[in-house]
Amino acid sequence: MTIFQTAYQYALDNTDKFTAALQEHLLLVTIPLAIGLLVGLPLGLWSARSKVISAVMINGFNALRVMPSLAVLFLAIPILGLSFWSAVLALTLLVMPPILISTDVAFRTIDPAIREAATGMGMPAADILKQVEVPLALPVVISGIKTATVEVIASATLAAFVGAGGLGAFIVLGFAAYDPAILLVGAIPVAILALIAEVGLSTLQRVTQPPV
Amino acid sequence: MGYLFSHPEEVLTLLLQHLRMTGITLVVAIAVAVPISILVTRIRWLSIPIMGTLGILYTIPSLALIIFLVPFFGLNATSVIVAMVLYTQVILVRNLTVGLDGINPAVLEAARGMGMSVWQRWWRVQVPLVLPVFIAGVRIAAVVSIAIATIGAKFNAGGLGKLLFDGIQTNRYDKIVAGSIAVAILAFAVNALLLWLEKRSNPARRLEKQAA
Repeated sequence: MTIFQTAYQYALDNTDKFTAALQEHLLLVTIPLAIGLLVGLPLGLWSARSKVISAVMINGFNALRVMPSLAVLFLAIPILGLSFWSAVLALTLLVMPPILISTDVAFRTIDPAIREAATGMGMPAADILKQVEVPLALPVVISGIKTATVEVIASATLAAFVGAGGLGAFIVLGFAAYDPAILLVGAIPVAILALIAEVGLSTLQRVTQPPV
Repeated sequence: MGYLFSHPEEVLTLLLQHLRMTGITLVVAIAVAVPISILVTRIRWLSIPIMGTLGILYTIPSLALIIFLVPFFGLNATSVIVAMVLYTQVILVRNLTVGLDGINPAVLEAARGMGMSVWQRWWRVQVPLVLPVFIAGVRIAAVVSIAIATIGAKFNAGGLGKLLFDGIQTNRYDKIVAGSIAVAILAFAVNALLLWLEKRSNPARRLEKQAA
């Protein structure tokens, strides 16, 4: 157990460094996630409505998913250098597939009869989207956002290897100093963050489930 | 890309290390997942605690999971492989249980009526029917393993990730690009191979072929 105590002591001795790394990590998660949502949600909605777009986009992003995230992060280096922004670029690419695919599936699997009933009741298209489709699609979309969030929290840790900071910086430091205790200072908070995201978004997913 | 052709021996050694780690992981992971899945399909109530535990393990970022194992297994390939086995369990067990549950009970009843023993029913009815879903799980597990094995280079486990980490330490962009591309090609190749096996193993397809 001593190694965990050493890690805890190290974190206490370096509170300012720790908070800075945590803030950086949260930025590495929220910026790509925000861009991913801004771009991925409309794209997903669009691809749910068109077979061609869907075939192109889903296949393209599924291919991106097969690529190891570390490789995606390292491939961004020659483009933007060893920086925070090259990590943001790579993480944004990694966040896209789960958001886009789940949005596509969510809207595609809505029973057409429901849409027809809404049209038959004289609802305009904008209202059908807002009052019928979005509430029905929301839980599946949120499950995609959950996958994306948990993945980006993990990948943001790897971003420290390309000089982007975040909690992974302690892991890089731990390797350099050959000290497993410092590795834990990065690893434990990252694991906790991922679990919080998973539990929080799972709860949100349950709450948004429309009553049957 | 040039680096791959100018250093074929080094790249081949790293590729073999990468494949070895992934291969050991898949063999061990399957050997563990099959009995767990059979247990879960037989004893229903075990499903919630087992799938819950495996789900939590899957939520922990892979880099953090390896670090947690370092105090027990050391800074070496063993920690990486154990992490990979733990990580792939949820994928394999989920696919296997879904596959086994999906078999129509009438089919099993018919097999029993024909006088098949438990053993015959397993090998000649259940296994062929579950195979495509199982291989789909193995495919995802393999892709995940290849990604984690890349990170393994940081833990003295070798593999193609070594090109990435060496490249970043020595400022060699050609190595970084070569490593990223090599690992991406490996992931795509393994994914394509298993996708092909998945399609080939479909019993419905085999029946069609026989009929034709």
